[in-house]
Order: sequence, then structure tokens, then C-alpha cells
Amino acid sequence: MLAQQLVNGVLLGATYALFALGFTLMFGVLRVINLTYGFTFSAGAFIALALTRQVGLNIALALPLAALGSGLIAVLLDSLLLPRLRRRPSAELDSLMVTLGAVLALYSLMTAWLGPDIRRFPPGTISATAIELAGVRVTAAQGLILAASLLLVGLLMALMTTTKLGLAIRAVAEKPDAAGLMGINTPRIAHLVSLLSGALGGAGGVLIGLNFNAIQPYMGESMMLRGFVVIIVGGMGDMRGALIAGLALGIIEVLTAGYIDSSLKEMVAFAILVAVLWTRPQGLFGRAVGQRA
Amino acid sequence: MAPALEISGLCVSYGRTEAVRGIDVSVQPGQVVCLIGANGAGKTSTMRAISGLAKIRQGQIRLNGTDITAWPAHRIAAQGLLQVPEGRQVFGELTVADNLALGAYLVSDRAEIAARQARVLQRFPRLRERLAQHAGSLSGGEQQMLAMGRALMGAPGVLLLDEPSMGLAPLFVDEIFAIIADLRREGTTILLVEQNASAALEVADQAYVLEQGRIVLSGTAADVAANEAVAAAYLGG
Ligand SMILES: Nc1ncnc2c1ncn2[C@@H]1O[C@H](COP(=O)(O)OP(=O)(O)OP(=O)(O)O)[C@@H](O)[C@H]1O
Ligand SMILES: [Mg+2]
Repeated sequence: MLAQQLVNGVLLGATYALFALGFTLMFGVLRVINLTYGFTFSAGAFIALALTRQVGLNIALALPLAALGSGLIAVLLDSLLLPRLRRRPSAELDSLMVTLGAVLALYSLMTAWLGPDIRRFPPGTISATAIELAGVRVTAAQGLILAASLLLVGLLMALMTTTKLGLAIRAVAEKPDAAGLMGINTPRIAHLVSLLSGALGGAGGVLIGLNFNAIQPYMGESMMLRGFVVIIVGGMGDMRGALIAGLALGIIEVLTAGYIDSSLKEMVAFAILVAVLWTRPQGLFGRAVGQRA
Repeated sequence: MAPALEISGLCVSYGRTEAVRGIDVSVQPGQVVCLIGANGAGKTSTMRAISGLAKIRQGQIRLNGTDITAWPAHRIAAQGLLQVPEGRQVFGELTVADNLALGAYLVSDRAEIAARQARVLQRFPRLRERLAQHAGSLSGGEQQMLAMGRALMGAPGVLLLDEPSMGLAPLFVDEIFAIIADLRREGTTILLVEQNASAALEVADQAYVLEQGRIVLSGTAADVAANEAVAAAYLGG
């Protein structure tokens, strides 16, 4: 029982980590709290749904295409909303309000267009078989989620730590002006970061959609709350922190639902958030944003 | 010969604050030109405007005859004008080696990058044993050397130095000015901003004095150093 719960928790946590990684990357580089990020989660799930249902694509192809589509949506939204906001003296607060308004408008537009009903992937999108190992059951969907999350997280980490492009992204995140003096095209890096983070958000939407087989326009909203918990606990802009905190949140939610009460799982997540902010405002692993200079 | 860098009628303002009010500065190839002035005179605003980081309200910047006014910063760097900004601005969360690599961001030839890094480490030997260290853990003087080394990795056609001696211990100040003198001997074109006027005037060919956003005096470094008003205001004599 406990082993099964832990496996389910790790799987859920891997998607949280994936989603939060995109959010923390965007905040770390662009320095605004961009709530439209949650929309890329819903968008990714719906694009994958349309590709599997209407076009009849295999999920292995629909997933990367949905991620790419969400990434492009993020680039479009960010270039419409962020450049003006980032120049404001109170960029943090203004971006919170403007992107909140924008994301609510996007969700209701999507609901008006596609309806509020819960939709499901066509049967057979992913094999219903499950393997059982020492009493622990892992479905094919869960296997795909884990493999895709690990692959995407691994690729992103490799990009950031081993490539020249990753070095340029980290330079822009730390000191955009100095990065410009090095000859780095900072606006282009900003677009690229929007693309990458939107793609991670979209991929997260597809994977969660597969895991629970339930897709609806506002699914990005509850995910965004978790994204917040994860990146604040992990330290804003800290990628390693987001990974650890995402995994932990998934495990805690599943254990709470399994051993206490499923209606309490969100309460537990936010209680942790409050406790962390109370004692370590810089996050459990990260440094305070102000100290990142 | 066309000046390496020519600034004409430059104006920079922040809202209602006019930081730079129509200045003309010209730097000939191979010269070291210094810009001296008190706190708030508009030196950094001038440097940031040249590099494409501050908005130019009026005026023109030419680099080897090419009008680079209002170009984005990365394009100006690609054109060979590099800056060591005020306060060093090293990437503290990255290693010394990564900081140097970023200085050669526009170079793709690995052998060339390695050769430049070897030359930079020869010039700044104390960076060598700190290559794997985070730049944020270096002392102020070491960070200044890293910032200069980083700019030299880009093989600057024109090098801008904004107060390289600011906040450094006297020993480091001497070292920094010795390196500027070396660069001058090697023929590097430099625009140097300094509050340490006596050291700057010693190393420079030409000098400009900036007060409240205007040039109040200019000429050869020797003439400017000999000016009584300059001596009284900036040379402590
Ligand atoms: N970002 C900014 N916003 C508003 N005002 C600014 C800004 N940067 C500089 N100023 C103002 O412009 C004027 C010139 O500043 P600048 O930094 O160019 O001076 P400086 O000569 O470099 O001084 P210092 O020797 O202290 O570095 C000052 O009055 C300063 O307060
Ligand atoms: Mg200054």
C-alpha cells in the first residue's frame, strides 16, 4: 500500500516538477510573475486532444506537437504582455495584475469556444495495460508520464548546464544588461525562454490530462496554484529547488489523500507553503530573489 | 583618419532628469581618452548610451564612421565596442571560466577562444587558479580583473572602462592602471571614465571634464592636468 502510494506520488510529483520547472525558468529569466503560464497547461492538453481525436495522431507524436504549440502561444502572449510591463517601475505587482486579467480572459474565451465539459482522450490513446512488480501497479500512462517527465527535465538541465545557449540564458537571468554587453541578443533569449517554458507547461498539461483522463479549460488554474507552491518552496527561479519541491508535493498530496482524506490534499499543500514562507521566505533551497542581484 | 569613436550632441535623460546635456567626445584609434567628473556628472549615463543600454534622447554615436546610435546593445558589441561597466557586473553565480567564455560569446572558433583565454590568464594570473570558482566569491579587485579579462576575451576594437578603480584597495588600483597602460602600449583604443583623476590623466592622451552633463574642459591630458581649476577640483591640489 505505501509502496504503491509512493509510486503514484512520484509520478504525480514528476509532472508537478515539469510544470514548475517551466514556471521557475520563466520567472528566473524574465523576472515577472506571469500567470498566463497556467494557460499553456490547458492549451497543451487541448491541442493534444484535438490531434489525437480529430487528426488521429499517435500520442507519442501529439505530445511534442502540443508542447511546441503551447510554446508558441507563450511566445505570442509574452511578447504582447511582457515588454511593456518589464519597463514599469513596479513590474512585479503590475505583471501580477495584468497577467491575472489576461489569463482569466483566456480561460473564459476557451470555455466559450469549447464548452466547460470534461473531455477525455479517445479510448486506446494509451494502452490500458499495467505491469505489476512486487505488488506495485504501474499503468502504461504512468510509465509514459515518468519517461516523458524525466526526458524533458533531463534535456532542460543539460541545455542549461552544458551548452553555450544555456550559459547565455543563465547570464541573461542574472544580469541582462551585462549579458547585452557580451553580445547576447537578450530579447531573443527572452523569446526562447518563453518558448521553452510554454512547451514545458503544455507538456505538463498533456501528461496530467493522460494521467487523470480529464481535460477542461480551467485545468491550468488549479495547476497554477500548485506551480506557485512549488516554485516558492523551491526558491523562485531555482530549477533544482523546483524539481525537489515538485516531487515532494506530488508525494505529499498522494499520501494525504491515501491516509487522511482526499479533500485535505490541497489544504496540506498550502499549509506547507505558509509554513515555508513564515520561516524561510527565500524558499527551502534557494536564495532570496533580492540576493541573486 | 576617422575617429574610432565619435559622440556628437549626446543627450540622455531619465524622465525629467537631464543627465547628459549635449556632449561631444572624440576618440582617435589607439588613443586613451579619459572622461573625468564628480558623482552624478553623467559619466555612466554617457557610457551606457554608447553601449546601447541607455536611451539616447538626442545626438549621434559613430563607431569607425558607422552610425550606431540606438542600435541594440548586442549589435554594438558585435561591432567591436565592448564595455567594462561600472560596478564590474560580473556574473556572480557563474564560474570565472564561464564569465570568460561569455566574453567570447560571439566567437565560435574554439582554438581562437582558447588562445584568447591563455592571453587573458597571462595578463591576470590570479584568475587562473580561480577558474572553477564562482565569480561572486572573488574579492572586489579580482572581480574587476575578471570584468576586464571578460571584455578582452571579445578582442575589443574600442574598449570602454567605467571607473575600473572604484572601491579598490590601493594595490589593486595600481595594478589596474598598470594594465591600462599596457593596453595603451599595445594600441588598444580606450575611453576611460574615472574619479581617480590624477591616475587617469597620467595614463590618458586626451581628457574631457564633465560637470552636470556638460563638457566644461577638454584637451590633451597634460593640458587638462595643468589647468588650475581641474587641479583644485579633481587633483586635490
Ligand atoms: N536609472 C536612472 N534613473 C533616474 N536617474 C538616473 C538614473 N541613472 C542615473 N540617473 C541620474 O543621472 C545623473 C547622472 O548619473 P550618472 O550615473 O550618469 O553619473 P556618474 O557621473 O556616472 O556618477 P558616479 O561617479 O556616481 O558614477 C544623476 O543625477 C543620477 O541621479
Ligand atoms: Mg558612474
